[in-house]
Amino acid sequence: MGFIKNLFQSKKRKQQAQKYRIGMEKTRENVFNRLDDLLQSGAPITEELFEDIEELFITADMGVDVVLSLVEHLRNTVEVKKIQDAHDLREVIVEEMFKRYVKDEIVDTNLQLSEGLSVLLFVGVNGVGKTTTIGKVAYLLQKKGKKVMMVAGDTFRAGAINQLRIWSERTGSEFFEKPKGSDPSSVMYDAIAYAKKHDIDVLLCDTAGRLQNKKHLMEELGKIHRVIGREIKGAPQETLLVVDATTGQNGLSQAKIFNEVTRLTGVVLTKLDGTAKGGIALAIRETIGVPVKMVGLGEKVDDLEHFDIEEYIYGLFADVI
Amino acid sequence: MAFDQLSDRLQMAMRRVRGKARLTEKDIEEMMREVRLSLLEADVNFKVVKSFTKDVKEKALGDKILKGLNPGQQVVKVVHESLTELLGGETSAFTLEKGKTTSIMLSGLQGSGKTTTAGKLANYIRKHHDAKPLLVALDVYRPAAIEQLVTIGEQLGIDVYEQGTKTPLKDVIDGALEHAEANGHDVLIFDTAGRLHIDETMMEELKTVKAHLRPDEIYLVLDAMTGQDAVSVADHFHQSLSITGSIITKLDGDTRGGAALSMKKVADVPIKFMGLGEKLEDLEVFHPERMAGRILGMGDVMTLVDKVSENVDEEDMMSMMEKMMEGKFNFNDYLKQLKMVKRMGSLSGLMKLIPGMNKMTKNMNVDDKQIVYIETLINSMTKQERKKPELIKNSSSRRRRVAQGSGRSVAEVNRLLQTLDQQKQAMQRMSKMDPSSIDPNKPMKSMPQPPANKNKKKGKGKGKGGFRF
Repeated sequence: MGFIKNLFQSKKRKQQAQKYRIGMEKTRENVFNRLDDLLQSGAPITEELFEDIEELFITADMGVDVVLSLVEHLRNTVEVKKIQDAHDLREVIVEEMFKRYVKDEIVDTNLQLSEGLSVLLFVGVNGVGKTTTIGKVAYLLQKKGKKVMMVAGDTFRAGAINQLRIWSERTGSEFFEKPKGSDPSSVMYDAIAYAKKHDIDVLLCDTAGRLQNKKHLMEELGKIHRVIGREIKGAPQETLLVVDATTGQNGLSQAKIFNEVTRLTGVVLTKLDGTAKGGIALAIRETIGVPVKMVGLGEKVDDLEHFDIEEYIYGLFADVI
Repeated sequence: MAFDQLSDRLQMAMRRVRGKARLTEKDIEEMMREVRLSLLEADVNFKVVKSFTKDVKEKALGDKILKGLNPGQQVVKVVHESLTELLGGETSAFTLEKGKTTSIMLSGLQGSGKTTTAGKLANYIRKHHDAKPLLVALDVYRPAAIEQLVTIGEQLGIDVYEQGTKTPLKDVIDGALEHAEANGHDVLIFDTAGRLHIDETMMEELKTVKAHLRPDEIYLVLDAMTGQDAVSVADHFHQSLSITGSIITKLDGDTRGGAALSMKKVADVPIKFMGLGEKLEDLEVFHPERMAGRILGMGDVMTLVDKVSENVDEEDMMSMMEKMMEGKFNFNDYLKQLKMVKRMGSLSGLMKLIPGMNKMTKNMNVDDKQIVYIETLINSMTKQERKKPELIKNSSSRRRRVAQGSGRSVAEVNRLLQTLDQQKQAMQRMSKMDPSSIDPNKPMKSMPQPPANKNKKKGKGKGKGGFRF
């Protein structure tokens, strides 16, 4: 134990965590200050304490199953290691959360791009912020000197094409569209043909928001995914599920079904600058295995950060450790 | 439909209690544990869950056992009642004062569905309250938000008032009110920009809008998939604006929608409407009692009855029934029938309203696209063929032609023919049946086996079940 503490020794790490801290200020105030209250030095470990901890994690939308097993682990650890002071539970909690997230894997949050043309496909339910996220990702890639083109694959929702076009203008990206109502797969097909001719490095493909229980819409998405894969070997290099941080347990169902249809490579957790804790992302990682790649922390074009579980936990527990 | 898993879980908990002659305190406690977990999984706020389970436990343990109910039924009843109460008790009817202009302001987080809901609400009010609504675009921040509202207005044939993104909101409001007066609009629906409840500047802007407009109703539009944070959102919006009600959106997903359950309890505002799909008709009045029944897997016959009576022409229905009983039912009637069903909304949604069907739909994989396929099949038939299904039945070349014309398989044509036959037979059998022999408590058994299930048992794979209505 204690290695988590060491993680945060470096100054650089702390500076990086600043943005998370500011973004998640409210989260910490609401939930984890209470955790701080609970886990005071000298406080006894009682059944009531476990229940309170359980409740706190539930409030963070981490999911009943995940929370129950986490608290079960705490109970066992307390028994095995004969922990008597509530304060000592802090490290146990942080360490366990970290371990569960990392799962002994190297979680790479960089967007995977190939030599030549790469395709990033953005999927998710309605209103999670897919289009805005594409704007932010475009900005990020442009800064790295990539030639980016946005593809207006949401041909269903009123105003969706223009919403993306405005983002392309803001970021100076190229823009590809077909008329509203076009088959989205054909939009992808034509966009890829165009991109191949015009030396585009990365295609950012928007899709219409769809609820995961709408079978025909999910089939449509499966087709989009297949068409992209057929036109470019190994594409889409990334299929990113955009999840609103305010999402509750339905996030799990979203991740599960979208993953079945399009094989997700990562999650983008948006709107983390509110009071929502985004704990569902941890539940998604734990039960579906898909890691979080990026987090949205505001409405500005540069309010997008790579997800770093250490920073995330540190952001949550900054006052606790 | 939402709340599925919640009802499953509660049903599991209920099963243990059901049929018991006597309830021990331990029984109730065990059941309440299930109820607690289930509600938490459904995103009901943990504070609400706590008070709910405590409440139910006390009621269930009390001595008010009703005549004719065993203690198990009693608990089910208590849970149902408490759930209804949690959902807001009485239906909060939407009313319009005649002879005066009503303004409704929509507010909420980004992506909760305000713009779509504005369109749906305008459509609902026009349809049910004989009013002439005007949509007003106040979202000057999100790119293309105004365009979205304008497009929705065009689709509905409802006027949209907008001043672009540069005009101060106060001027847009004044302009809208003038426009409404000049053009005889009696209901104005204001679509505001989505914002975070903790964004003080933006919340201040809403307060200014409210002060200037002095709307009759301020609704909070809330995504049904919201987690524990729903309470904080509702609380903030309520504190800033004193909202008068809420609209829960995206309830056509598989979310359990517990956030909605928390709304009334925590923010003390009624849930007025619920959004149930992407189409602009997909908005319904929120009925707490029916929804509680749905949660408990009791079905929602009332909503079904409402939908049917709203969308089905009685005379059409009668003449169709007569035809069916006489065995003259043909593809033209079938097509008409499908159109009626379509008007009522999604098939999968409808199925869930039928008691006992909730469970079945899960395995049946009801695909609304099927209706479209069947329509295409029938549309590929000649007029003669539609009138006389035997023509197709007796000719394999006709069957092939219909299949090719519709882009479906011959097997599907065959299945359609089979379904039509089965329907005819079933109806004829029913017409011969003595009505008194039908046991109202076992409606499913006395009805002929639906072909969809037969196909299912034969294991022909998903999406291949026949359709019958």
